[in-house]
Amino acid sequence: MKFKAFVYVTLKSGYSDPEGDTTADALKGLGYSVNKVRASKAYEVYFEGKDKEQAKALIEEMCRRLLTNPTKDDYRFELSEQ
Amino acid sequence: MNKEDIRVLILRAPGTNCDLEAVRSFRELGPQVDLIHTQKMFKDKNLEDYDVLLFPGGFSYGDYVRSGAIWAKECEYRIGKELSEFVDEGKPLIGICNGFQQLVEMGFLPGWKGKSLYPEAALGNSTHGYQNRWIRMRYEGKGNCDMMGGLEEGFILQCPVAHGEGRFILPPDQREELLQRLYDLDMMVWRYVREDGSYAENDWPENPNGAYHDVAGICNPEGNVLGLMPHPERAFYGYLMPEWTKQSTPPEHGDGYPFFKSIVDYVEKNF
Repeated sequence: MKFKAFVYVTLKSGYSDPEGDTTADALKGLGYSVNKVRASKAYEVYFEGKDKEQAKALIEEMCRRLLTNPTKDDYRFELSEQ
Repeated sequence: MNKEDIRVLILRAPGTNCDLEAVRSFRELGPQVDLIHTQKMFKDKNLEDYDVLLFPGGFSYGDYVRSGAIWAKECEYRIGKELSEFVDEGKPLIGICNGFQQLVEMGFLPGWKGKSLYPEAALGNSTHGYQNRWIRMRYEGKGNCDMMGGLEEGFILQCPVAHGEGRFILPPDQREELLQRLYDLDMMVWRYVREDGSYAENDWPENPNGAYHDVAGICNPEGNVLGLMPHPERAFYGYLMPEWTKQSTPPEHGDGYPFFKSIVDYVEKNF
């Protein structure tokens, strides 16, 4: 079966986020009333699995082995059949 | 082993830098040095021919995903077995800057219980963005990191840093416990200090990236895998040091010289 996972990677709370802070400053400079920005990354992963349960396990493993560093990153994903 | 018989391997990949500086530093001290593209090593898999392996700095594979992550995983699935054997034999494996990031991503550092499947630490975004400046770091080792055995505890090395992601991070829920373990196992090797030699205590620019506990470099529990963010190869010669023009002539060697000499002397005596 073919699957698509939309993976969101965010910094764990408590870690400073220079990219988010700089972006917030820029948005404020443009005149928007922005209080805070947290930068994150997103990946669309297209892959194959036996069933949805295995696909979920596979994308979890991909997240932990490469897409995130568990020391500093949180992640969540949306999984759908293709 | 004679110095001239020591074989040093420096791997390069798309986006690495300072590899030539590292080559020249080792060559000046006597060893044979090979600078090889990572794809050739993936094909030849002849790591066993070498006594020292160094991953240089830079921005391998454009720092995609995270600094060092792609090259680390590529090494893991192409030469992971050979790398683990190299480390298990006690041979020195060194990562500078991007090389340090890579060793963390590969799971060799901290490597509490050997190489880990997932990273056990991180080198995160610097709190002050990209930093390219001279820093001072103090040698904290007490003997575990054998390859640094030629340095006296408290030796201060001045050299550049150049990175956007170098802030040493431990998992927040275990931070204090793991920091203590770094000391207990003598894995704390380099910390950022001020000009007077006192610890930076997270003050910028002495601690250039907000690294936890001013950590600039650590080794594994066995002491033969060393990673550090600063670039001693950029301070190998006296004329590379920032203030030599205040003297009439530059000193022959800079602060980076003892770093590399210590590694070469260690291999000469022990292999």
